[in-house]
Amino acid sequence: MNKNLKEQVLRSSGVNVLKCMRCGKCSGTCPSYDEMEYHPHQFVYMVEKGDIETLMKSESIYKCLTCFACVDRCPRGVQPAKVVEAVRLAAVRQQDGNRLSADQIPSLLDEDLPQQAIVTAMRKYAK
Amino acid sequence: METFTYYPGCTLRTKAKDLDTYARASAEALGIALEEPADWQCCGGAYTTARDEIATKLSAVRTLNSAKEQGRALITVCSACHNVIKQTNYDISRDEDMAMKVNNYLQLPEPYAGETTVYHYLEMLRDVVGFDKLKEKVVAPLKGVKIAAYYGCLLLRPSAALAMDDPENPTIMEDFIRAIGATPVIYAQRNECCGGYITLEDKSQAAKRSGAVMGSAKDQGADMLITACPLCLYNLKKNSGSDLPVYYFTEILAQALGLKEGNDE
Repeated sequence: MNKNLKEQVLRSSGVNVLKCMRCGKCSGTCPSYDEMEYHPHQFVYMVEKGDIETLMKSESIYKCLTCFACVDRCPRGVQPAKVVEAVRLAAVRQQDGNRLSADQIPSLLDEDLPQQAIVTAMRKYAK
Repeated sequence: METFTYYPGCTLRTKAKDLDTYARASAEALGIALEEPADWQCCGGAYTTARDEIATKLSAVRTLNSAKEQGRALITVCSACHNVIKQTNYDISRDEDMAMKVNNYLQLPEPYAGETTVYHYLEMLRDVVGFDKLKEKVVAPLKGVKIAAYYGCLLLRPSAALAMDDPENPTIMEDFIRAIGATPVIYAQRNECCGGYITLEDKSQAAKRSGAVMGSAKDQGADMLITACPLCLYNLKKNSGSDLPVYYFTEILAQALGLKEGNDE
């Protein structure tokens, strides 16, 4: 358990993970469930345990679409998407932690791709 | 004529010109004047919910403050811009730490604390123009056309901040569809995500999500689907594998108002 990382994720997300009653509704409604190694309810539980590094190394942090389905549908108002965001930021803020660089963008473009997709991806995958 | 500050955002100037052009033309026909703030910046596309992020929230605050300084409400059209600006406005009015840091950085003549009213264009149609009034202005009703309204995620959630409609049973787009003389189609996936920016690194996930949305609309008998989001339009057209036509809601609005020829795709 890394106390400092746990404290950073709790402060950065502003989420009280102790409110979770483990009903799994967040994961049940998550559109990325099948693509994730760790699911939204596991993010909440693992952050509570302080097991942050495992999450930071998982591809799951890049699978969240930030659609806020888990935020709106949680019966306890836990806001799991904010926990995922805080863990992802902890990862991409590290030295050489960027998932995407501006140099890669030209190869990802097609003639219809909206600018919105690029700026959003840079927000999600890089610092 | 009532005047509003109008924020187009980056994509409406480039890949989503139809969303912008027909929004402007229709507003004029409805007696609404839209004025862009000077030197606006891209909203960033996605709101960073983290409380220790400040720099990523500044451009939205600059836009909100421009409207405040002009003494007007702010109108957005793109779902993503709307979501970012609305969440920023919600948080800065409640989070003192964020407001302090943002204002320390921006050094505005008067600190910004969430004073601006933000309307999505659809809310402007409902709350300023009124759907009854819109109906009266329709010259080319889309009679018999079955239209699936696609909300996606950005227009509705998080509902505490967006506060546009019931996030699980929204009606604003269906009421809009009725006002222009068409028939709304209700389908299960109308408020689920299209895959969004994941198309940049995982086409299969984008295909799965957008395919589910299009399949759900088609199963309920839709002739076409409408959206307010350029990235939804992209995913639904390019990644879904479906042939159901997808349009911006402003295109069919302009068509109903007699400002645009019908779509013959």
